[in-house]
Amino acid sequence: LSRYTAITPEDLDAMLAAIGVGSLREIFERQIPESVRLGRELDLPDGLPEQDVFEHLRALAARNTSAEDELSFLGAGMYDHYVPALIDMLMERSEFLTPYTPYQPEISQGGLQVMFEYQTAISELTALPVSNASVYEGPSAVAAAAYLAKLHNGGRVIVASAGLHPHTLQTLRTNAHGFGMEVVEVPLRDGVTDPDAWAHAIAAGGGETSAAIFAQPNFYGAVEDAAALSEAAKAAAGESAGAGGAGSGAGRAGGPVVIAQVDPITLGILSPPGECGVDVAVGEGQALGNRLDFGGPSFGVFAAREEYLRRMPGRIAGETVDVDGRRGFVLTLQTREQHIRREKATSNICTSQALNALAGVVYLSWLGRRGIVELGELLLARSHYARERLTAIAGVEKLHEQPVIREFALRLDADVAAVRRRCAEHGVNPGVDLHALTGREEDRGGLLVAITERRTRADIDRLAEVLGAAVAAAPSLEVEAQAERGAAVTA
Amino acid sequence: MSPIDEAHLHADPGIEAHHPQAHSASAGATPLQRDVARTIFQKGAPGRRAFTCPPLDVPRVDVSELLPERFRRREPPRLPEVSEPEIVRHYVGISKRNFDLDSGFYPLGSCTMKHNPRLHERAAALPGHARLHPLQDPERAQGALELMWRLQGALSELSGLAHVSLQPSAGSHGELAGVLLTRAYHEDRGEARHKVLTPDTAHGTNPATVTMAGFEVVKLATNADGGIDIEDLRAKADTDVACLMLTNPNTLGLFDPNIAEIAEIVHGVGATLYYDGANLNAVMGLSRPGDMGFDIVHFNLHKSFTQPHGGGGPGSGPIAVSDRVAPYLPVPVVVRRTDTDIPPSGAHPEGHILKGAGRQAGEDETYDLDYDRPKSIGRLRGFHGNYGCFVRSYAYICSLGGDGLKDASEAAVLNANYLLARLRRHGVAEYLPLAYGELCMHEFVLSGGPMKRDLQIKTLDLAKRLLDFGFHPPTVYFPLLVEEALMVEPTETETKETLDAFADAIAAILEEAAQDPEIARGAPYSTPVRRLDEVAAAKTPVIRQALG
Repeated sequence: LSRYTAITPEDLDAMLAAIGVGSLREIFERQIPESVRLGRELDLPDGLPEQDVFEHLRALAARNTSAEDELSFLGAGMYDHYVPALIDMLMERSEFLTPYTPYQPEISQGGLQVMFEYQTAISELTALPVSNASVYEGPSAVAAAAYLAKLHNGGRVIVASAGLHPHTLQTLRTNAHGFGMEVVEVPLRDGVTDPDAWAHAIAAGGGETSAAIFAQPNFYGAVEDAAALSEAAKAAAGESAGAGGAGSGAGRAGGPVVIAQVDPITLGILSPPGECGVDVAVGEGQALGNRLDFGGPSFGVFAAREEYLRRMPGRIAGETVDVDGRRGFVLTLQTREQHIRREKATSNICTSQALNALAGVVYLSWLGRRGIVELGELLLARSHYARERLTAIAGVEKLHEQPVIREFALRLDADVAAVRRRCAEHGVNPGVDLHALTGREEDRGGLLVAITERRTRADIDRLAEVLGAAVAAAPSLEVEAQAERGAAVTA
Repeated sequence: MSPIDEAHLHADPGIEAHHPQAHSASAGATPLQRDVARTIFQKGAPGRRAFTCPPLDVPRVDVSELLPERFRRREPPRLPEVSEPEIVRHYVGISKRNFDLDSGFYPLGSCTMKHNPRLHERAAALPGHARLHPLQDPERAQGALELMWRLQGALSELSGLAHVSLQPSAGSHGELAGVLLTRAYHEDRGEARHKVLTPDTAHGTNPATVTMAGFEVVKLATNADGGIDIEDLRAKADTDVACLMLTNPNTLGLFDPNIAEIAEIVHGVGATLYYDGANLNAVMGLSRPGDMGFDIVHFNLHKSFTQPHGGGGPGSGPIAVSDRVAPYLPVPVVVRRTDTDIPPSGAHPEGHILKGAGRQAGEDETYDLDYDRPKSIGRLRGFHGNYGCFVRSYAYICSLGGDGLKDASEAAVLNANYLLARLRRHGVAEYLPLAYGELCMHEFVLSGGPMKRDLQIKTLDLAKRLLDFGFHPPTVYFPLLVEEALMVEPTETETKETLDAFADAIAAILEEAAQDPEIARGAPYSTPVRRLDEVAAAKTPVIRQALG
């Protein structure tokens, strides 16, 4: 008897008698051939009492330096925003925490209504008419959008801005290989997608350009000219078709599917993708009421124009009535899905992120119509302050001059790893080492700093003080490069 | 209660007689839950708010100086305008329109609705886990990486496969990983194989994944015993086949006795064998996919390992693979390094696993993320996977230990067979016979065909009537090859009393149907809404609240 099972010896006897077998072992011996039976005990430790398990998990937690333990400016896809207490309470309610996917709508109206409200909130935020009930998370949502583009127009080429998160680009490449597609990366210029290279790459793909993808704001924190990128994508495709290029697919006459990876928390102040000519908006939803959790679980946003509705991946809740005419909600358009369509499904996705999306919609209700604008403006103001404050330090400059909202890239004239180590000694985590994450040569010396509403002016001033001292103390990149050259000569 | 319900109930005393309130305590809707649904967007009033923005503590700069006008949103999104108490009332109110596992029996086949210990929520909420940033330096996330390494070790031991990646976000994502790994494996050997075999009993995610990963689906027939038709397999297994995807026990709840032969045939043509771990709860500590010959396994942490389902996610779908597939695993891989022993990345050689959960790591042990894997398929998602789920599932494994996990599977199989035996009594078995086999593993599939013919109620009607008795129905109409299928998975955490009550409810519904099939056909009666018009919902989709 473990603490989660309840079969007493008396129960066991009665149950075996009812089944008509002499022993539990017999049930297995009659079904599993001896050659594939595990003839030994599992090589795992013995079970522990609840309090010991908790202590073990607590001890493991204590060996992590969380955003509680240091002044952290880490971001790059996940952010230490404040999660209101009411979200913890609602997420732990049995009625939301423990049901399965709402296959029986009559007893799942709560969850279905949450999905419906979530879809409404995401549609409002993105200004796109259709949203699904969430997908796994950010980067895989971008890959799912590329697959939607493939289903939509049959093209083979994905044009992707280098301003996408490196994890997004990597995820896209992994998936594209399976989709039978290739990824063409468009470089940045002045911190944003190079418009000429963008148009050129789209036109070069000719009729095979299926999707054109950028991030808003991009990975380096820069606000892209989303409307111009969308327009250029459609125009470039038109030119290529008009020039009698490879543009043969009728579905591609409208140009590639324009996909934007958005940061939903910025959409209170940033022009929404639906008003910038974007066809599909996807993104990481963590900032909306979800905790960091070392990277997951969170949820992925997926919204699109009406014409993509029947090719969307994932669950979608729809409104209907019951036999008495009472308003109700169901999972709808299920003929897209794997459990009905099997190999002809528009996606293999099954479990979405219902509980995390619940946190998302509750968070958006909590922020409210005015709050999301106020929060956006606060982030904008503090990021501006921090960017100016930090670039006043000798040896620290902006990586680009573009407008930023809640995150920005710096270039340090110092070894970033050494600077970060020194800051850590003072309880400050100044941000993400860009080169370590992207591997791009031009990102050497790069530091990506994220600001949330939890980082006050005093925190930013403290960062400036500690970072300034660390940069001053670290060898400059030039000195290091010389040292390396010297070492190479000696060798 | 609407006048229509009352009229129906009073017109038919049979319902009252067979449907005492005591049976519907969990699902029985109160007047509150029968209120007409209003969304959060239909509540509140302009100017109301729950959020107090922190004051501007930096110099005020005109927004248009920081963000050019053309990049700015013109009108704020029409999000709700509600106070905090309104939000709480609203969501607590609609939560009560959900049935949940903490309230009652949930024998949804293939979903493993076992108890979700609250310890796991408490542990996962510790700030050291919950507020840990995924890009924290590995040396300052040692607790998290050690937890992941230990979980990998446990999954390795349970599957009998040495290499684990925790990255996939759900079972379906694990399947995608597995098929992409298969593709990489064959490509690395210079082979372009284009077919993947799946049995007709497979979960829908299997064929859907195969298509997404660029392969062609080839279906395998099921034999008279409910297993793979070996002759069909022999006929279709050729060098164009990249992989066979299999669930064992399969979706009929049956362990395929020919598994060794199947593995031999598949390996004989150079293909890989993929194990859909949705049904792992039947065999933990009893039989291991790796020992059966599988190359790739996915686990559903939200099934066998108690990650709560959350009303449809989050899930988590780690994979374990054999030596020959290991080079292609997604990056990064969590590794342990010691002064004396640097194991091959990701490998958990037997006898080297998880020793001493509960003690601290020695000073000579460090954990790291290994990106240096040149043959890797790359990334499947951002960061390292659903860590919050790892905490919960690891806590579960620590609670149960090796013996407890085996005990869980034994009890799951015992409960399923007992419930099956209870449903074989006179008055049930002739209408709901077992589709295949005699015994079952952790779940079983009944056919409602005779019930439909003889009692004039369909499986759907039985399922809806069960709602009035306070039970979540089993999975219905799956697997597809069973007429009017009813797939029942009780799990190990249910008591004998609950199983008895469920069997009694099924018997009562069949008896009731023999008297008057209209009762079940009109069910449910006691739920927040009654049968919903799904056809209308799909015909003219309304998928968001109209806003004024």
